[in-house]
Amino acid sequence: MSHLFNASAETMLALHRAPRNDASQVHGGPRTAGVYFPSEANVQKFSGFELFRRAFGGHKSWQPQWRNPEPKAEYDVIIVGAGGHGLAAAYYLAKEHGIANVAVIERGWLGGGNTGRNTTIVRSNYLFDESAALYEHAVKLWEGLSQDLNYNVMYSARGVLMLAHNHHDEISFKRHVHANRLNGVDNEWLNAEQVKEFCPPLNIKSMRYPIIGGALQRRGGTARHDAVAWGYARAADSRGVDIIQNCEVTGIRRNAAGAVEGVETSRGFIRAKKVGVSAAGHTSVVMAMAGLRMPLESYPLQALVSEPVKPAFPTVVMSNTIHAYISQSDKGEMVIGAGTDAYTSYSQRGALHIASHTLDAICELVPQFRRLRMLRNWGGIVDVTPDRSPIIAKTPVPGLYVNCGWGTGGFKATPGSGHVFAHTIAKDAPHAINAPFTLERFRDGFLIDEAAAAAVAH
Amino acid sequence: MLIITCPWCGARPEVEFRYGGEAHIARPADPSALTDQEWADFLYNRTNPKGLHAERWRHIHGCGRYFNALRDTVSDFFVTTYKAGEPRPDVEGSGS
Repeated sequence: MSHLFNASAETMLALHRAPRNDASQVHGGPRTAGVYFPSEANVQKFSGFELFRRAFGGHKSWQPQWRNPEPKAEYDVIIVGAGGHGLAAAYYLAKEHGIANVAVIERGWLGGGNTGRNTTIVRSNYLFDESAALYEHAVKLWEGLSQDLNYNVMYSARGVLMLAHNHHDEISFKRHVHANRLNGVDNEWLNAEQVKEFCPPLNIKSMRYPIIGGALQRRGGTARHDAVAWGYARAADSRGVDIIQNCEVTGIRRNAAGAVEGVETSRGFIRAKKVGVSAAGHTSVVMAMAGLRMPLESYPLQALVSEPVKPAFPTVVMSNTIHAYISQSDKGEMVIGAGTDAYTSYSQRGALHIASHTLDAICELVPQFRRLRMLRNWGGIVDVTPDRSPIIAKTPVPGLYVNCGWGTGGFKATPGSGHVFAHTIAKDAPHAINAPFTLERFRDGFLIDEAAAAAVAH
Repeated sequence: MLIITCPWCGARPEVEFRYGGEAHIARPADPSALTDQEWADFLYNRTNPKGLHAERWRHIHGCGRYFNALRDTVSDFFVTTYKAGEPRPDVEGSGS
């Protein structure tokens, strides 16, 4: 009996394989012969039907979702850092620019840095035109990402509600609402009663700083952070990108003219004329290998999750004034973001008084959570620019590109950031959306000062 | 929470202090002579090292004075603190 099922599974796999290969020839876009490596993951499309069919084989026929290749001697492009941003850049290089001879080099394991440490919030209600365009580009990609990657990233547009506790908050948020709507970004003002109606667990009155209203972006929400890294990794791998984990970059080799020749790694020298650095908190360390000083400082940023409970919190709530933000994961944990420590550090842990300060605020905001126990508390290292806006740009070193400075809020931008970074690397020129986010803006005085526009002050 | 040794007041908890960023960034002697790039270096570009970091702290809930510290940014261990105006101590390695 089992033999029969296996035989039929193989036949169906063959049938399944044939039309996909045909389709990839028709719709595959520009693809140079010899650089495309179809892997098992490529034919392992996820669907309800596949889940049902493979159940008959006890789910033993699933293949690994990406390869674990040895580094080649040379690539067209090397991305340093296999977090969401780096993997997304590799994916869009292969998908949209026909550059599939790409390696993503990772010191640890993919998605093991800030991609796996953030509070998974997605929103685009930024004040300035440049930021609104960049983050809205990302939200638009989020909306179709699961289909595009054939991977459920669990993007859930449950709304992001920013609370106002005083008159300054109110006029500031109303200004944001108007600025956002002029930029085609949804955002609306709710009064205190509407806030309570939208998120019933909130305590709007009996607290030190009562809630007087809030700004709600309904298209904001959350996504599953690990799935984003895994989905991009699988989709990039299936297009021929090599993801090389446990491989630390130890140097950037340059020729006599100063241009990039490749990277020295813990697994030997790998040649590439273009290197894109997407190393988050370690960007200053990697860029120093090419002799560059960056307008960055790295700080520990903490987050916590509670024990999992039944659905109790319908949206994402943020409060800048009393410094707290909270949402409930699909697993049931309350995901809570704390602040950064005062000092620069690479320790990946923060001080207790920072976390407890946030929990004080959470207990006032949602009194029923006072009885929740916290399950885990961790820190990640975030790279912060002086204007709190990212840098996605060429550098003074030919062939070296950088995507950094996302500070305390890079997760939400993952698809958009990877998309425009891939464009910048492929064309050796920025996309219109990331053109303002240069390194030279600090020299020329064109700062994009979103510091006060961030959801919570860090 | 870190325990920080103020050169004037002694060991105190971190919440008594304000962080002052990277130390030994000298204010330009002749500001009008600087190029835009030199201004960017002075205002924005930072060493941000993974390892020993010379940095400023201010004891705001104590003596109120600025001083400098050498701290390992991997372990957060304070190798030493010293008074403002003194040169960076010649210390090798992390000291932890």
